[in-house]
Amino acid sequence: MDEILKIEHLNKKFDDLTVLEDISLEVKKGEVVVVVGPSGCGKSTFLRCINGLETIQDGKILLDGETVNPPLGNIKNYREKIGMVFQSYDLFPHKTIIENLMLAPLKVQKRNKVEVRKEAEELLEKVGLSSKKDNYPRQLSGGQKQRVAIVRALIMHPEVLLFDEVTAALDPEMVREVLDVIMELARQNRTMLIVTHEMAFAKAVADRVIFMDGGVIVEDTDPKSFFENPATERAKKFLSTFEYNE
Amino acid sequence: MGIEVIFKGRNLIRLMEGLLVAMKISLLSVVISIVLGIILGMLMTLKKPGITFISRIYLEIVRIMPQMVLLFIVYFGFAKMTGINLSAEASAVIVFSFWGTAEMADLVRGCMASIPKIQYESSTALGFTRLQTYVHVIIPQIIRRLIPLSINLITRMIKTTSLVMMIGIVEVLKVGQQIIEANRKSAPNAAFGVFAVIFLLYFLACWPISHFSKYLEKKWEN
Repeated sequence: MDEILKIEHLNKKFDDLTVLEDISLEVKKGEVVVVVGPSGCGKSTFLRCINGLETIQDGKILLDGETVNPPLGNIKNYREKIGMVFQSYDLFPHKTIIENLMLAPLKVQKRNKVEVRKEAEELLEKVGLSSKKDNYPRQLSGGQKQRVAIVRALIMHPEVLLFDEVTAALDPEMVREVLDVIMELARQNRTMLIVTHEMAFAKAVADRVIFMDGGVIVEDTDPKSFFENPATERAKKFLSTFEYNE
Repeated sequence: MGIEVIFKGRNLIRLMEGLLVAMKISLLSVVISIVLGIILGMLMTLKKPGITFISRIYLEIVRIMPQMVLLFIVYFGFAKMTGINLSAEASAVIVFSFWGTAEMADLVRGCMASIPKIQYESSTALGFTRLQTYVHVIIPQIIRRLIPLSINLITRMIKTTSLVMMIGIVEVLKVGQQIIEANRKSAPNAAFGVFAVIFLLYFLACWPISHFSKYLEKKWEN
């Protein structure tokens, strides 16, 4: 299979603080890459570099062989192809659910209104939120809002999807409904990079696990070996924090 | 109680005319304040040290100075100093706009700061340009927060116009005083009735406006 996303020797600094150091990664089409690691290890920043929300100090990010970051002036065109869902609910509060979904396809991609509305309704149906299409985001639960946020990314027909701890701000009973949607996307062979703290989910959804610590990639392996037999001490220590033994 | 003097001659019409003068001054000032306040508020969010410094001093002056002192400075002081003879109405509009612009700018700055960063980021991530982000996402949210707040400013201005009689403008309160004075002999207790009617007039002017802002606030709450 071909590489769709390629990250070459990425370096990211906030002033003098190095956040990411010499990160290189190739993601194949249809691959689900889960990124795990302790808080502050740079995994969210890594995702934000991929669609150019963060500037980078060194290295290159390529989508389909073309440079996304550092930006060459046409980064907007690539952003449409890289969907992103954030941790906090980021729907537009002044627009209804269906308007939230339609805004970017209409304004950014200049697509046909009838066609976009039809697609928005179909996608809402798939995530079980048809009845909410004329509601405002404030009338939805956290889990419902995140499902809408995922649909809002999908309707742009992205080639790559980035999930930045999308369940971290949710009440526990709502985590499942959001993870189910992402799992379904994995079954559809979507290319995804997922940052998460849900280890059971990571194990189930991942084709490949990246373990980051201190701004570097420590392990890059398949989920089975990572979770059952981690190669490094750091990974063992990290995984042990999720167990609760007397 | 003295209510009857209100219905003598043109008294009620004169009171209404007085109210109209007050409304004219406040509405004109509000329009000027909104335009200038939005510009200043947006400049303040740029966080340029020079602009921040000047606007801080300006806001403090407006907060500390009683409006009446400002009125006297502009109407009496300014005329003496420059030889330009400002009409009382023009002075009132200048002072009220000076005050309103500061308040409005602070509201605009506050509203802009209250839009979470994630709104900019998620729009950017969807491929919106900076301009599109502002037009479709940020500005509509700012307007929804701003309008109810600026309507409150209108009612406060209408109330504060009662000060302009101090520089000789015959507005509703001054008309009331004139009516009381003129009827001192025939109705010595007119003060209560006349001021009660003025109270009612202010209420009728401000209540619908403040009710409208509550309605908008409710309609747009997020």
